[in-house]
Amino acid sequence: MWAYPEALLAGAAGTLRIFVICLVVGLILGLLVGLGRYSKLRLAYIPASIFVEFFRNTPVLVQILWFYFAMPMLMPFEISPLMAASLGISLNSAAFSGEIFRAGIQSLESGQWEGARALGMSQTQAMRRVILPQAIKRMLPALTNRAIEIFKMSTLASAVAYVELLQQGKLIASIHYNPIEAYTCIALLFFIFLYPLVQSTYFLERKLRQSD
Amino acid sequence: MSTQRPKDLLRVSGLRKHFGNQEILKGIDLTVNPGDRIAILGASGSGKSTLLRCLNFMETPTQGQIQLSGQVIGSERTLRDGSIQTTYSERELIRVRQRVGMVFQQFNLFPHMTALGNVMEGLRTVKGMSQDAAQTKALEQLARVGLLDKASDYPARLSGGQKQRVAIARALAMEPELLLFDEPTSALDPELVVEVLRVIRKLAEEGRTMLLVTHEIGFAYHFANRVLFIADGVIHESGTPDEVLKNPRQTRTQAFLARHNEFKF
Repeated sequence: MWAYPEALLAGAAGTLRIFVICLVVGLILGLLVGLGRYSKLRLAYIPASIFVEFFRNTPVLVQILWFYFAMPMLMPFEISPLMAASLGISLNSAAFSGEIFRAGIQSLESGQWEGARALGMSQTQAMRRVILPQAIKRMLPALTNRAIEIFKMSTLASAVAYVELLQQGKLIASIHYNPIEAYTCIALLFFIFLYPLVQSTYFLERKLRQSD
Repeated sequence: MSTQRPKDLLRVSGLRKHFGNQEILKGIDLTVNPGDRIAILGASGSGKSTLLRCLNFMETPTQGQIQLSGQVIGSERTLRDGSIQTTYSERELIRVRQRVGMVFQQFNLFPHMTALGNVMEGLRTVKGMSQDAAQTKALEQLARVGLLDKASDYPARLSGGQKQRVAIARALAMEPELLLFDEPTSALDPELVVEVLRVIRKLAEEGRTMLLVTHEIGFAYHFANRVLFIADGVIHESGTPDEVLKNPRQTRTQAFLARHNEFKF
């Protein structure tokens, strides 16, 4: 297994790439979706709700396959395995994190809005300066879970033969016929990546709790 | 001696506020002159807080007119049935709130900012002051309420009285022409009430224009030049502290005061 460092390295790089893309896109899009879901404007609320319900209630794997195999038949452009997988995972994640953002924003006492508005802040200023920083602090555990999910969902990209850890593991397992070794190794690699990540978010949570 | 009548700062006429089909304010008329210190008393649910909250548009009035320095707030439109409907733009209300500050019962400090950060926030975000200028000004305000040494503490580490004093400093920093206090000591332990009242008294001595909703009748007597007693969404009785608090004419005012004095010793 370890005789293929390049193969595993390439797989790890692929996993990390898809993780970073989906985390960033998923969170940014999720924030927008969450704000839309929180909004009193129907023009923002309705599309955001449709988005959330659609992507929450369909499997990511199906979405990835659809983007990879079906979409190019409908639209005149090629789509790479990375793009298909990123789209599927990001959009799905945006739907879930959108709900986290909405719930986080709603969890703040109305007094915080009033304190901000009484100073003469606009809605946007209050959201940016007062509401979101506190909401994000409260959402951190849920968002951490989101990040872990995204990391693990990256394995779904192997369905469209994108080079990431699982894909490389499958490859090695089939060439050498050593599934025990190959899949155990892949599982361990995920653990090695994720465990420090999770620990560092605990550290971040503690740091943010300083003001409590 | 000046013969000129002081121009009124705030003029409220025919103010009504409904929540659903419940009418909380049933037509309030009120004029506030510069330097006025008005104490607003009344039982829970009488509408006194709602009145205060309408004055800086934390609540949108259902009906009636509010003028600030002679300028009508909102744009009025006469409906076909002759009644007047007022619409308020967010931009206008933002300007109004910068002139009419508010201190809340629950303080509403921002827990993710230090005491200093809380006082600086409006200066930076709303007034667009530089970091240095805002900090200097905020420290001045904290000194005014006697909390310079707590500048770098987060609200969670402050006592209730200290929190409220930071909230007052935060409101003062914006240099409002009118300051509204919504039961500023009601959430405090009895021994912490005095430190907040002292700060408010000091502001009164500086000649600030203030409206105070309170249950501290003793303080209202010393603080105010005018007392309003609100009942059932109307101003039931008003006058000087001596008139309203010592010689109330209305039976409801008398009953209210009697309840407050029941366990005096």
